[in-house]
This record gives sequence, C-alpha cells and structure tokens, in this order.
Amino acid sequence: MKSIKFIIAGILFGIVMSKSEAISWYRIQEMFRFQDFHMYGIIGTAVVLGTIATFVIKKFKLRDIQGNPIVFTPKEKSVPRYLLGGTIFGLGWALTGACPGPMFVNVGFSYWAIFIAIAGALAGTYVYGAIKDRLPH
Amino acid sequence: MLELISQPWPWYTSGIVIAFVMVLLLFFGKSFGFSANLRTICSACGAGKTVKFFDFDWRAQTWNLLFLVGAIIGGFISAEFLSSGEPVQISQATIQDLQQLGISAPDGMQPTEIFSLSAAFTLKGFLILLLGGFAIGFGARYAGGCTSGHAISGISNLQLPSLIAVIGFFIGGLITTFVLLPLIF
Repeated sequence: MKSIKFIIAGILFGIVMSKSEAISWYRIQEMFRFQDFHMYGIIGTAVVLGTIATFVIKKFKLRDIQGNPIVFTPKEKSVPRYLLGGTIFGLGWALTGACPGPMFVNVGFSYWAIFIAIAGALAGTYVYGAIKDRLPH
Repeated sequence: MLELISQPWPWYTSGIVIAFVMVLLLFFGKSFGFSANLRTICSACGAGKTVKFFDFDWRAQTWNLLFLVGAIIGGFISAEFLSSGEPVQISQATIQDLQQLGISAPDGMQPTEIFSLSAAFTLKGFLILLLGGFAIGFGARYAGGCTSGHAISGISNLQLPSLIAVIGFFIGGLITTFVLLPLIF
C-alpha cells in the first residue's frame, strides 16, 4: 500500500498526459510555433492551481499524510545553469517532442522508437554528472 | 461515459489533473520532478562507481521510479482502452507548416517520419532521437529540473530560477523549431 499510491499517481499522470495529447510531438511543435492555446492552457492551468495550492499549504502550514510539515526547498540562486541548461533541454524537447515524463508515457503507447531517446537521455544525464564541475553553474 | 472519456480531453482537464498530481505528491511527502528518475536510473546501474554525482542512496528515490512505472501503465491504458483512435487535433496552420518540412498530417499520436521504426533506424532518424534525448537528459540535470520540476512545481512556488529555466526551454525550443528542423528535414 505504501508504494502502490505512487504507481496510482503515475497512472493518473500517464493517462492525463495521453488524453490531452501532451505526449505528442505534433502538440509540442504547435506550442513552439505559437499556433494554438492548447499546451499553454495545460501548463497555465496547472501553474495557476499549483500556485494557489502551494500558497495554501504554506499559509496553513499543512502536513503530509505522515504528519511531517510539507517543505518547499528554494532553488539555488544562479542564472547561467538555468539559462544554459534550460536552453539545451529546450533544443532536445522540440526535437523529440517529449520531455522526460512523456518519453515514458510513449513507451506505454508502444512507440518503441522512443527507447532511443530514453537511451540518449540517460547518456546525457551521465555525461552531465561526469563533467559538471567544469561547467559554469 | 467511456465514449466521452475516449475523446481527447480539453486542456483545462489536463491542467487540473497535473496540479492535482503535484499536490498529491506533496501530501505523500515528495515533490513532483520527473527527470530526477534519469539520475536515479544511472545510479542504480552503477554509475556511482565512476562518477561522484551518482554516488547516493538511489533506493530512497524508489517512489519516483514507481511513479515512472505508473506513467508507462497510464500510457498503456490510454492507448488500449481509452482511445478513439483519432489523430491528434492540431491546428491547420501547424499541419501546413510541418507539411512544408515534409512531415505528414497526424495519423495517430506521433509522426511516422520520426517515430516509425523504419524511420528511427535510418542514420538521420536515429540521431534525431538519440541527440534530442541526450540534450534533454543533459539539459534537465544542468538546469536542475525539467517541465515538471521547473515549469510546474518551481513556478508554482514562485521560484525565479525556474522562470529562467523555462525561458531557456523556449530559447532552445524555438532554435530547434525555426533553425534546426528546417536544416534537418
């Protein structure tokens, strides 16, 4: 039971990403070409509701189901790592049409070619780990 | 009812459920960030022996791997039981732009020019997916998060770094869309 709740949350995520077509290369292209509101609507709704939820959790100091306070770790202050890292991420996102979550949802959709992108993503993660100390952060 | 579910869902449904998933994970004592799984998988495969960045207790991240497994199952359920089989309903303008690049109008969820196995195992197709994936993995860790960690969780927590990362996502995405794709296709 302790672990099954994470699988259920994942299933919910996988279904909603599929059913709203957010796992589609076409939808990501449409977003980067600013030709439809769809993806902006998805991310925008999630952010507005997420902001309200985060505010409420902080304001009322809500606790998680184990009774521990819910803490938000602030991101480290910097510009280069977010701008450079973000740009590199964006290059790949528009190319494969899938960010990390949708990559795996596509596996469930039997788009086996996505395994090439997943292998690439693991290699990219590994190389970052290997050379991170030589990069501006 | 099933017929209704089988249609593509409007954007607000998706936004609501994504925010719900984020809140759910917070109440489970965790935080929503999918790309951390890539680091966990590297570590679980023994990358910690050669690179310090992967030398951590990856078992503590098992919950996120379970979330990943759930995401795959969710994709499978959608494809098998909740799909009307209709092509993705993108705008006419996008269809026309992509046709000029030689990418056909949607037939299913993904373009055959990239995702069919015959396309993926040409040199060009293979490199598109491999290098695209590489940039995603490298960039996500460099930026310290992906769409879920920065665009959703980070901005919801009003983090300036996350906003900078999302601006980066768009700089990169626009370069690929308007410079790289016309060169590649």
